[in-house]
Amino acid sequence: MIRQTTIAALVALGLGAGPALAAGGAGYVKDYDFSFEGPFGTFDQMQLQRGLQVYTEICSACHGLKQLYFRNLGDSGGPDLPDDQVRAYAEFYEVPDDSDDAFPGDMRTARPSDKFPEVTAAGAPDLSLMAKARAGFHGPYGLGINQFLKGMGGPEYIASLLTGYTGEEKFEAGTVLYENEAFPGGWISMAPPLYGDDVTFADGTEATIEQQAKDLSAFLMWTAEPKMMARKQMGFSSVILLTLLSVLLYLTNKRLWAPVKRKQA
Amino acid sequence: MSGIPHDHYEPKSGFEKWLHRRLPIASLAYDTLMIPTPKNLNWMWIWGIVLTFCLALQIITGIVLVMHYTPHVDMAFSSVEHIMRNVNGGWAIRYLHMNGASLFFVAVYLHIFRGLYYGSYKAPREVTWIIGMLIYLLMMGTAFMGYVLPWGQMSFWGATVITGLFGAIPGIGEAIQTWLLGGPAVGNATLNRFLSLHYLLPFIIAALVAVHIWAFHTTGNNNPTGVEVRRKSKAEAEKDTLPFWPYFVIKDLFALAVILLVFFAIVGFMPNYLGHPDNYIEADPLVTPAHIVPEWYFLPFYAILRAFDDSVWIVQFAGFITGGIIDAKFFGVLAMFGSILVMALAPWLDTSSVRSGRYRPMFKWWFWLLIVDFMVLMWVGAMPAEGIYPYIALIGSAYWFGYFLVILPLLGVIEKPLPQPATIEEDFNAHYPEKSETAGTTPTPAE
Repeated sequence: MIRQTTIAALVALGLGAGPALAAGGAGYVKDYDFSFEGPFGTFDQMQLQRGLQVYTEICSACHGLKQLYFRNLGDSGGPDLPDDQVRAYAEFYEVPDDSDDAFPGDMRTARPSDKFPEVTAAGAPDLSLMAKARAGFHGPYGLGINQFLKGMGGPEYIASLLTGYTGEEKFEAGTVLYENEAFPGGWISMAPPLYGDDVTFADGTEATIEQQAKDLSAFLMWTAEPKMMARKQMGFSSVILLTLLSVLLYLTNKRLWAPVKRKQA
Repeated sequence: MSGIPHDHYEPKSGFEKWLHRRLPIASLAYDTLMIPTPKNLNWMWIWGIVLTFCLALQIITGIVLVMHYTPHVDMAFSSVEHIMRNVNGGWAIRYLHMNGASLFFVAVYLHIFRGLYYGSYKAPREVTWIIGMLIYLLMMGTAFMGYVLPWGQMSFWGATVITGLFGAIPGIGEAIQTWLLGGPAVGNATLNRFLSLHYLLPFIIAALVAVHIWAFHTTGNNNPTGVEVRRKSKAEAEKDTLPFWPYFVIKDLFALAVILLVFFAIVGFMPNYLGHPDNYIEADPLVTPAHIVPEWYFLPFYAILRAFDDSVWIVQFAGFITGGIIDAKFFGVLAMFGSILVMALAPWLDTSSVRSGRYRPMFKWWFWLLIVDFMVLMWVGAMPAEGIYPYIALIGSAYWFGYFLVILPLLGVIEKPLPQPATIEEDFNAHYPEKSETAGTTPTPAE
């Protein structure tokens, strides 16, 4: 009973963050630079792989990625892992066995065609869409127009949250709360997950708290919007084609109306 | 079909004659497409085509989305993510549909305010106006129910708040609310009926659009001067008009291409700009968002809804004379629907004999103040109902009602209108003089 209440409280705290933030009563969100910002921005494959590593070794203990399939890790434009690595990665996980002769509750090793399992034990929110469910930026003047160049600030919020712990803690309503500069309200129930050198990056990048936080945030932006690059590409094709169409229609219209308006076409 | 004299369809080949005697469909298409249209129409007359495009876009993308969507509280959210991730081009279709709703409302507001400025609602176009208002109401209902379908936090709580409005009706309100929701609270039954109605209403809108077009093809278009097309003879009418095809089709298509350029840039580069981050959190009946904010196109009317609380004397007065039947909540609901009702009644509230705002020196100021008022209400609707905001909302709401109920009737009496051109031809020629000495420059059309 006490445990259930605690979980409910944790969930409430976790989910309560978005609205409070959206209303502008937010904590401090630092404007980190990401490779995917702006209309020309693309994901950095190496960064996504590092972020996947941070997620796998640290976050996945409490947080799920239930909207993702393991096969997505091999998607081009994403972390782009080779097939054998995707298969090996999936084998770290167990998912409910859905074969005909399995009993309810039986588990089997995951395959690339499986979804990431839900992680609900700690009552922590799923991270699949977190980078789109939080907005760090609302400017200028609350109009949010600058997201054209900077995005909505979801990844910046996540990175700021992970680097925003002050070290203060307090015990309240049966839970330990940790002070955090980025979290709306200032006190979060998630213990500081990063201390520096929590993982060893294969590409030799130094695993500072900030580096890990940024890489993870970039990875979560990808999990939230895996088709972002295709979308921007469509944006460009359509802008170019519609510009051409507009010019042609403008000239057609001008020519058509010229005699009526007594002008030379 | 039209009151303006023009050439009618003449079946030529044997097949055309055969068909024409049985079903004059070619004649209908010809008369619709070749309708004489005032040649002085400016760029504010393009929104009808944009709206028609939006309706088609929403219906086509919507039909595809339904093929992959699951209307169940446990699966709806994930099925939308399935569309975004696993359906070929699903992300594009869903983002087009989502932003298409916003384009639809941008266009409808500009279309409505164009009608208000140029007096398009006045006789003999009242029926066109009323049908337009019905379409607008159905659009709002459709958009609201569509927003519930992704089953995010804002979907769920928006549905809870808005259906709660019906609960404010005295006596029968609670029964009506339960009937609308299919249960005591927003749940699976609600989601299913909202999908059903969200799919049905656009086709009713399409039918009303046909009637809307039929109505103004009967009266003829209004135009920036508000002066009617001369219709004693075909020769006279032709001096004021040009056929819709090709002149206005090409013009409108050019405008549509430019608008789509902006639209596709938004879909491509900032598709969630007009959305709310909370709607990427799955609906949770146990967690209420700190601020429940409707979509931007509802904000002005949401502001009017919230403006009337217990501290407003007119609310207290209404409560007093009805013995408490009309409380603040019900008053707010009445005000919100009333704000659209007074707009629909504009043809009978406006007493001026001059149609176009162009020749109404006082009206102009009040009109632009109404536009400012609309923007202020939209802004204040997004703000929390605390501090100075409720006062701003109250002043904004008062002006909205004041404009339709007091200013429009009074202006017709006290205002001295400017001289109007005798004919549309005269107005057009004033912009495009007979001699071709202005050929180098490109004079912009009226307004």
